[in-house]
Amino acid sequence: MTLLEQAERVLEKAVGGEEIEVYLSSGVDTEIQAYEGAIESLSTASSSGVGIRILRDGAGGAQVGTAWAGSLEPEAIHDALREARDNARFATEDEFIAFARPDGVAPATLVLADQSVLSTPLDEKIAMAIELECMVRAGDDRIRQVDSANYSDYVAEAVIVSTTGIKAAYERSGAYVSVEAIATDGTHDQTGWGLSAGRSPRELDITVAASDAVSRATRMLGAVKPSSMKCMAVFDPRSTATLLAIVGGALSGEAVNYGRSFFANRIGEEVASSMFTLLDDPTDPRHFSASVYDGEGLSCRRNVLIENGQLRAFVYDTVSARRAGTNSTGSAVRGGIAGSPSAGCRALQLKPGDVDQAEIFRRVGEGIFVESLTGVHSGVNPISGDFSVGVTGLMIRAGELAEPVREITVASTLQRMLLDIVLVGNDVEWLPASAAGQSLAIEGIAVSGS
Amino acid sequence: MSQALVSKEVLENTLAQAMTLGGEFAEVFVEDRVTSSAVLDQRRIEELSSGRDRGAGIRVVVGDTTGFAHTADLSENGLLSAARAAAAVAREGGRGVREIALGPLSDNPARATMLPSEVDKARKIELLRHADDVARSQGSSITQVQVALGDSSRRFVVANSEGVYAADHQIRTRFNISCVATGDTGMQTGYRPIAGTKGFELLSELAVEEAARGAAQQAITKLDARPAPSGDWPVVLAGGSGGILFHEACGHGLEADAILKHASVYADKVGQQVASPLVTLVDDGTVQGEWGYLAIDDEGRPSARNVLIEDGVLTDYMWDYLRSRKEGRGSSGNGRRQSYQHLPMVRMTNTYLLEGTSDASEIIAQTPRGVYVAQLGGGQVNTATGDFVFGMTAAFLIEDGKITSPLRDCNLIGNGPEVLQRVDAVANDFSMMPGTCGKDGQQVPVGTGQATMRLTSVTIGGTAS
Repeated sequence: MTLLEQAERVLEKAVGGEEIEVYLSSGVDTEIQAYEGAIESLSTASSSGVGIRILRDGAGGAQVGTAWAGSLEPEAIHDALREARDNARFATEDEFIAFARPDGVAPATLVLADQSVLSTPLDEKIAMAIELECMVRAGDDRIRQVDSANYSDYVAEAVIVSTTGIKAAYERSGAYVSVEAIATDGTHDQTGWGLSAGRSPRELDITVAASDAVSRATRMLGAVKPSSMKCMAVFDPRSTATLLAIVGGALSGEAVNYGRSFFANRIGEEVASSMFTLLDDPTDPRHFSASVYDGEGLSCRRNVLIENGQLRAFVYDTVSARRAGTNSTGSAVRGGIAGSPSAGCRALQLKPGDVDQAEIFRRVGEGIFVESLTGVHSGVNPISGDFSVGVTGLMIRAGELAEPVREITVASTLQRMLLDIVLVGNDVEWLPASAAGQSLAIEGIAVSGS
Repeated sequence: MSQALVSKEVLENTLAQAMTLGGEFAEVFVEDRVTSSAVLDQRRIEELSSGRDRGAGIRVVVGDTTGFAHTADLSENGLLSAARAAAAVAREGGRGVREIALGPLSDNPARATMLPSEVDKARKIELLRHADDVARSQGSSITQVQVALGDSSRRFVVANSEGVYAADHQIRTRFNISCVATGDTGMQTGYRPIAGTKGFELLSELAVEEAARGAAQQAITKLDARPAPSGDWPVVLAGGSGGILFHEACGHGLEADAILKHASVYADKVGQQVASPLVTLVDDGTVQGEWGYLAIDDEGRPSARNVLIEDGVLTDYMWDYLRSRKEGRGSSGNGRRQSYQHLPMVRMTNTYLLEGTSDASEIIAQTPRGVYVAQLGGGQVNTATGDFVFGMTAAFLIEDGKITSPLRDCNLIGNGPEVLQRVDAVANDFSMMPGTCGKDGQQVPVGTGQATMRLTSVTIGGTAS
């Protein structure tokens, strides 16, 4: 029986006055860690699971209940159905609660699964992890340790079906290598990590991952704590991706409905520099997070959120859209079988500018290059927009990278930062995250040091 | 446990299979976890969710290599096939047929008076509504309240080729409340958690009301907050939530996996003065009822109270099976895993700083100018360099020895080894806080604790000068 047939069989159990949504997933994955030229650990597993949501019609609106199980055994599915039904009885009736219904948007044609993940011999995967470690160790005399060099991959399939007409089935695969290098100058250590991602092992470039880790670790050696200042900050593509993901969170229709976003009630306003155009486009296959369907089984689509600095739109799933009096933008995200759909961005991209990173440094002249951000979860408040995060990076002097700096924070508000963007790079880096990155220069950033 | 997850015979056969294929060590970990959660948001009971996850993880060690496989199929065939997959790392092949005979099961029953499964869903809902009412009654500026309740019943049995055969039943309950207050200056948030390795009895009406009031008051107070300063400041950490700083800034660096790979600033420092003499740091899985409490760890070893730093001198690290085996010593009961789908590794349990003798109000009074951190939020640390970042979710200025203006949220940043040297006062008002610790993608519940204390200098990442 296929996953789809198995899911549709559950829908047959619907009783009067209820709707059922079934999410089934199944996949296999491999994880390899190499250390000192040998396998440190090798994990292989297949896993599957079911997530069921039940909607009960009531006088004051619908009630929803959820249950899940890490198994596709008939008994597990039966228990989950029973529990979800029982849970629904306790939810508050809400006129906006509903399951998605087909909206006529055609699914994009994307090939997101590469079966060569399965056909590639395990020994080749192991060799990649070991070679990655060797390359990092040999990359520079100052590399004293490689914490671990990792290879991982997966192939998964999933289906979402509902009694409201949703029928979505999709497959995806991924392969990654990552490594963390520790460099030393004899007294202090610095770390740097590198990665390469693809949909199959043959798309991976371990040379890039290794040299990234080596250069990021070694160029931070001798880092000092500078004195506090206000200056221009250039965000590295990976840091920009982190920043965009935070901005994307505040563009969730759900956050906006509840007033939990600094973008609430600001559609049409200039919220960013005119060179800032932000889209969420899961149908662009260059995104590792590209997807044909959203977390409710609607077709993903291209949504322009901020255009030339003007706030255009938010992303919605079915419930947040109904609450806002609009339609779903096909933007339901869902954390696996145990998660419920919510509105979110999954493939953010900033319209590229026309300058490369070196040119940005030249034009900025004096400032700080933000290579990595830490404490993002604790230091950014998407409601107030307050922004204060830890940074490691390098000073920019006379238009070039200069001495490394550490133990500093950069602070501003997200509102201010978006308006203060002065340069957008053309150096797009596709990352295994919900946003692609590119270099970005922002003025007036408070740097807190000694 | 009332009903065995997998029979002893099947466990023995599975271990024998793994050893026959060339394992030097084999382990079967079988887990059955039932979870439930309920969320109230915007005065609505948004959703109740229930989950069940059951399966086995099998580990085979050969030399310095670990093979691992997991399966949701708990039949003998399912386990044997996972054992073969895990043993694939044993390239040398079989070492002759082995037999495994396990002794009697060392069982640990649940320590909870009100099991989650015995509490009516209606009663849980009532509690969420009550918390919502109490929070909203704190002031008209409270515009949003989110309350969440979750519980889990986790039974597991672990058996290995060295004869460990132990079971545990862990009951955990967690409640948290977040409030948003709205004023002329925008919106501010307040947050309080209650969590313990207990059943529903954890959530007395009194405790829930206190958390609700605390979260609401925190948000209301912050409406008057001014931008936090920047630069180096003396910092007084209130008892409780400050413990996370020591969990992050030094606990992770004392985990043996980081030590053995020389990926920690604390490697090769046993016997050395690594902290102010006021610092005695303990990791203690035996504190019953605390969020990080364990009867046994996820490798079947009894939990223990381990002194890591005593009067500023580094005394020991934390160990799991694999790392202690390598060093020819015993495990310290710190082998933990998120679920049967994960390999165990060295993890903390309840990590706390022993209290001192000073009076908390005296410490504040003797700080002419500084920052008082009433609540620390999440943080992040680089164990190789010791650099850390933490969010301050409730902080105030200290001026002339008095707590004055509330400060807007911002991060504080520092370096673990440096901060440990900068502890210059520790009070006698010890308390604990629950938290979730993430490491290599695995989340486990942990407790952290400390008494009110002062650090001579920490960098505050605000915008004001």
